[in-house]
Amino acid sequence: MEEKLQIIQKNAIEELNEIETKDEIEKLRVKFLGKKGELTLLLREMGSLPKEKRPIIGKMANEVRTVLEENIEKKKLEIEKIEKNKRLEKEKIDITIPGKFPDIGKRHPLLKVKEELEDLFLKMGYDVVEGPEIDTVENNFDALNAPPDHPSRDKSDTFYINEELLLRTQTSPVQIRVMKEQKPPIRIVSAGRTFRFDEVDDTHSPMFHQMECLVVDKNVTLANLKDSINHFVKELFGEDMETRFRPHNFPFTEPSAEVDVSCLVCKGKGCKACSYTGWSMELLGCGMVHPKVLENCGIDPNIYSGYAFGMGIDRVTMVKHKINDIRLLFENDIRFLKQF
Amino acid sequence: MLVPINWLKEYVDINTDIRDLSDKLTMTGTHVDSIINMDKSINNIYLGKITKLEPHPNADKLQVVHVDLGNKKVKLITGAKNISENDLVPVAVEGAVLPNGMKIEKTDFRGIESQGMLCSYEELGIDSSLVPKESKDGIIIINEDIEVGKDIVDVLNLKGHILDLEITFNRPDCLSMVGIGRETAATLNTQFKYPDIKIKNEVEDINDYVKDIKIVDEDLCRRYYTRVIKDVKIGPSPLWLQRKIMDAGIRPINNIVDATNYVMLEVGQPLHAFDLDTIEGKTVKIRRAKKEEVIKTLDQSNRKLDEDMLIIADESKPIGIAGVMGGYDSEVTKNSKVILMESANFDGKSVRETSKKLGLRSEASSRNEKDLPNEIVVDACNRVCQIIEDIGAGTIVKGVIDRGDKESPLREVIMNPNNCNNLLGTNIEDRRMLDILNSLNIESKLHQGKIVSKIPNFRKDLEIEADLIEEVGRIFGFHNIPPKPLKGNILKGSKSELRKVEDKSKDILYGLGLYEITTYSFISPKEYDRFLVEENNSLRNYVEISNPLGEDFSSMRTTLLPNMLKVISKNSNYGIKEGMLFEIGNTFLNSDKNTPDEIRKISIGLYGGYDFFNLKGIVENLLNKFGLKYKFVMEEKLSSFHPGRTAKILIDDIEIGLIGEVHPDVRENYEIDERTYLAEIDIPKILKNKKEEKTYHQIAKYPSITRDISIVVDEDVLVGNIIEEVESMSIDNLEKIEMFDIYRGKNIEAGKKSLAYTMVFRSLDKTLLEEEVNDKYEEILERLKTVFNAKLR
Repeated sequence: MEEKLQIIQKNAIEELNEIETKDEIEKLRVKFLGKKGELTLLLREMGSLPKEKRPIIGKMANEVRTVLEENIEKKKLEIEKIEKNKRLEKEKIDITIPGKFPDIGKRHPLLKVKEELEDLFLKMGYDVVEGPEIDTVENNFDALNAPPDHPSRDKSDTFYINEELLLRTQTSPVQIRVMKEQKPPIRIVSAGRTFRFDEVDDTHSPMFHQMECLVVDKNVTLANLKDSINHFVKELFGEDMETRFRPHNFPFTEPSAEVDVSCLVCKGKGCKACSYTGWSMELLGCGMVHPKVLENCGIDPNIYSGYAFGMGIDRVTMVKHKINDIRLLFENDIRFLKQF
Repeated sequence: MLVPINWLKEYVDINTDIRDLSDKLTMTGTHVDSIINMDKSINNIYLGKITKLEPHPNADKLQVVHVDLGNKKVKLITGAKNISENDLVPVAVEGAVLPNGMKIEKTDFRGIESQGMLCSYEELGIDSSLVPKESKDGIIIINEDIEVGKDIVDVLNLKGHILDLEITFNRPDCLSMVGIGRETAATLNTQFKYPDIKIKNEVEDINDYVKDIKIVDEDLCRRYYTRVIKDVKIGPSPLWLQRKIMDAGIRPINNIVDATNYVMLEVGQPLHAFDLDTIEGKTVKIRRAKKEEVIKTLDQSNRKLDEDMLIIADESKPIGIAGVMGGYDSEVTKNSKVILMESANFDGKSVRETSKKLGLRSEASSRNEKDLPNEIVVDACNRVCQIIEDIGAGTIVKGVIDRGDKESPLREVIMNPNNCNNLLGTNIEDRRMLDILNSLNIESKLHQGKIVSKIPNFRKDLEIEADLIEEVGRIFGFHNIPPKPLKGNILKGSKSELRKVEDKSKDILYGLGLYEITTYSFISPKEYDRFLVEENNSLRNYVEISNPLGEDFSSMRTTLLPNMLKVISKNSNYGIKEGMLFEIGNTFLNSDKNTPDEIRKISIGLYGGYDFFNLKGIVENLLNKFGLKYKFVMEEKLSSFHPGRTAKILIDDIEIGLIGEVHPDVRENYEIDERTYLAEIDIPKILKNKKEEKTYHQIAKYPSITRDISIVVDEDVLVGNIIEEVESMSIDNLEKIEMFDIYRGKNIEAGKKSLAYTMVFRSLDKTLLEEEVNDKYEEILERLKTVFNAKLR
């Protein structure tokens, strides 16, 4: 009997070691430990043993059962682990397949630049202000000190609705609207659509976008203007960008200047894009608000002074994104919009 | 404005190189657009004399030319036609390299060796528009007594640099060598020299030649100053004069015309020479043209004049268009004997409008249209007489006829040095300010702590203190002003409420996957037809542009939708089969007020794989974000839209927008194959009604009871009707009611449909009992039976 028991244990463990699936384990359990299993059948033979031997064999048989049960349980866990790993292995995916979430929309590159510029100034304490696209000749020219014979007033330069109304040629009439309504200190930024009588080609559009800033307060100086522009240019294009202030002429500022910025392509080293000058030309126009403009808006130029500067947003967008044709901005080709 | 440095040097000492000069001028406000280098590295081209000219024995179109170069003689072959024996011509000999890169070598031309080449201006790198007529398309013939063998670079002065300058609107005085000379002197702090104007010999009396000169329309002509030159000998002007004006961008014509152009370039005053013998009655009247009057101008075209145009006339007819162009019949020709030299000051605006109307712009008109000072006419007229005398082109007759205003007193402008430093943010000393102003020929002195400046007549742009501050600032150099941060209170930037709504809407729409577009504010009125807008629809109440850039740009849009369809059409035709787009922009409607109404709107366009409910979902998402209580109401009457798939969006019965499927006829007009859905929403109306403040609602602690109800109703009962009706009953503890199924077909009568709703009941205070809910359910069912004739399914 003892021998038989040992053989059963040995056989069972040997078989167990060979097993790879849960089903086989169950079969093995039935084979050895089931109601008609080898161990059970052997124990039925206990009756034929001498009385004194029975407890010894009984104990031994129980030990064998325990060993087998433990081993089967262990094996089960082992197989479960293997099977789980196998399943995980099977579930492996190609993580380079594109994600399934719906595409987020796209902001128009031009308007994105416009909004970024506005936000930049918003943070610097400027109010974001807007004005109408159809404005008065008074706000667009007269109050801005444009001489009556200034060519920009010509019908070949400006779109007119009638004698008094026009499509604004610049965002500057917003300055007039604000100054007429608000007392200094004034700090505003205004961006939006502007219109000039230009045929459509790769660098011209009858509709384009400008942004400008106006500051009016006591003791505002040209030195302050330079500081603001330097700050802004570095924020927009990077810390290493330099500016150059060239005296110029605008009717609504005196003194006036055009601002060149380090070439955006070569950062000032000189390249083909900047004709080897190192400068991106005429990126901004600026100056100290003309005393007559202040007067026209009911602000005393003997007490207050101010500065204003403006720029073409279309041009900045094109330079920033290396877009070579302004028409792309207004065509709204989805393949174009998708790129930003 | 083209300024040859060698010419400029006659008026100012230039003590630096071209690069530095260019930078410095740019930084004081005279922007150098480009530097043109005249030095084309030309060598081995010499002046030669043609000693013998014979036909090529083997070629009809070629000639054999024998040339004397002084130290040697060469033989060459040419196809040129404009040469004869004894002409002085440029000869490129073996080893020469032309500006276009062409190398000159000995070459065999049909059996005869050519040892060089005769050159044209073009071959020496001169723009063909500047080449004098007699040398055009031919060899340069030098009509002066110059020693043969001389280097052509010296003969033609092909060296030095030319500055191409951008002159701002306020500085017409800088459209002259003298003006740039002044700027340069102030910039470099060197001496400026005005030309010394002196006529050596004057004979007879102008009054023996001219009967009368009269300014009839004094408002358009401020001064008319004339002299007479007799015994004129018309011919080419000397080489130095030709080459100078060529470098400044003007083509030589003849000695008299060249002299007038030379003086125009030098002092900035345009001049005109008339053949006095052609002037009827020897009388000149400066008057407005008569209606239908016609003049043949120098360019030989007949110009019809109108009563706004100022002309120069003799007793009977126009002889010139004032300040714009002279008449053909009074032009100086090779037969002219006596000329009347006009130096006049016209009203700038009138000149500009006339030249624009006639489509005639010239170097003269572009200066005359700028309101030149009327003092300068004197120097200009005498200077041109001096030049004509110097080049031996005529004899100056004594006396002048000077009509109109004379010199006006100089204006004084006072500048407080403190104000100057306060505006610039500088500490410039009074002395320095005075030096700067005086260096610009603005005579200034310190008087009781203020700077008093006498403004010279050529600086009409200087009117007020700020103008003088700019002069000080720009010569001091803006780049020498250190930046200083703005002082004053820290302000908080803000945005308008409307912009906040706009910005938030954009964020929602990007988030939902839409692409932002931006289109023109103007559209063609034809778009309203294409979009099938009804004749009486207020959308046709558009604002027109009085001077549009063609029909496509001739009115301001009253709705964003036609532009949206154009964009969809374009993309669809590019083969992009679907898209979700939006635009935020202004629309414009005529109004009773002085200015049109400008209303900001959102337009949304979906095409391709979408349906009405995709668009509705987007719109609902957007409106919900602003806490709006809105409803959709069927709209069947708009011809632009599908009659069964369009709705108005209402808030309290006020229409805030529209949503619908585009009518197939409209899609056909726009060539869009895919079904297309559009919505347009008024942003100010969103702003007016929005409720964004959120209040916390207690989260339910007690379980809910759900009841489904399935009813059969007539087809024309809408899903929303049932929900509205149930909600209007304000049933206690009814948390929500939602539609979950629509069924038509088997077991349902034709013309009817089955609608299934889920109702959720919940109390915030207790667990509801089945009986309580059952009562409510019955109440709802009864109501639906009564109102909609509904039957429980």
